Amino acid sequence: MADVFERVKKVIVDRLDVDESKVTMEASFKDDLEADSLDVVELVMELEDEFDMEISDEEAEKISTVGDAVNYINSIQ
Amino acid sequence: MLEGKSALVTGASRGIGRAIALELAKNGAKVAVNYAGSEQKANEVVEEIKKNGGEAFAIQANVSSDADVKDMVKQVIDTFGSLDILVNNAGITRDNLLMRMKEEEFDEVIQTNLKGVFLTTKAVTRQMMRQKSGRIINIASIVGVSGNAGQANYVAAKAGVIGLTKTTAKELATRNVLVNAVAPGFITTDMTDKLPEEAKESMLSMIPLNRLGNPEDIARVVRFLASDDANYMTGQTLHVDGGMVM
Ligand SMILES: NC(=O)c1ccc[n+]([C@@H]2O[C@H](COP(=O)([O-])OP(=O)(O)OC[C@H]3O[C@@H](n4cnc5c(N)ncnc54)[C@H](OP(=O)(O)O)[C@@H]3O)[C@@H](O)[C@H]2O)c1
Repeated sequence: MADVFERVKKVIVDRLDVDESKVTMEASFKDDLEADSLDVVELVMELEDEFDMEISDEEAEKISTVGDAVNYINSIQ
Repeated sequence: MLEGKSALVTGASRGIGRAIALELAKNGAKVAVNYAGSEQKANEVVEEIKKNGGEAFAIQANVSSDADVKDMVKQVIDTFGSLDILVNNAGITRDNLLMRMKEEEFDEVIQTNLKGVFLTTKAVTRQMMRQKSGRIINIASIVGVSGNAGQANYVAAKAGVIGLTKTTAKELATRNVLVNAVAPGFITTDMTDKLPEEAKESMLSMIPLNRLGNPEDIARVVRFLASDDANYMTGQTLHVDGGMVM
């Protein structure tokens, strides 16, 4: 199984149609990856599917960078 | 027209909601028939749909309860596998002059008629965004546009629904979820049966088409908004009121 970052990266690249090289742990969804708030909501939903987990609204609101998402998923799994 | 689609109609045990459930089912949609207390009436609607070869089930939920609404939406999606059409129809009246209106009367109507629409819309959004398609149709009221003496609570809620419709439409447009409202005029249902005769007479004099509406007049417009014919409409409020408010 690919590591969490690689899997998250794949979801982001597919969903936001951005260059792979832009997807770093530090990248902010809104500032660096040109996602709007709804894109972020949708991304979170896709991550839930990919990792077969539920991310609460409270947790989802704290996710603003790629690293936030990866760390959250790692902390649960 | 709606083959393969699945729909949830709130307050579908009686009146306008009942007519909407029957109309959507007649056009091929699978329908979840929500009710608050009238279990038997809701079952009758389900039986009628099944008798005509359609698919439906009844589901109890108080639309002003977040927990109820979440359970209901989950059950609908589990049963039908998708949720394409939401009709927010459940509503109540607690009429009184502003001066006499009790705080509870105000709160109760806002809870059911406005917060209920918010909660149900929120609960289906995730599914519809995932599907990248969906229709939300809110039953407002013409008095939400014009105002009406004796209905401060109801009018505030219905005007709120119209605003909520526009905002939801804007937020969900890029995901192909279309959100519109229907504003009925004076429709013959239990809700209006309890009005005094003079009130009905004076209403009639304000309706250019010179008749009260029936629930099917509303249901057919809802069916249009739920169909592909309305692909290029969102955020609108359609007045279905015999010309009362222009
Ligand atoms: N009739 C009119 O002239 C008119 C005009 C403009 C707008 N409208 C709007 O059209 C909608 C339907 O009105 P109607 O005349 O058909 O009313 P109705 O005959 O009184 O039926 C109301 C329906 O809403 C349900 N309901 C009430 N509170 C609920 C709750 N908390 N949770 C879930 N369901 C609930 C009822 O379920 P139970 O049977 O289980 O109680 C019933 O099915 C309402 O939003 C109303 O404001 C009506």
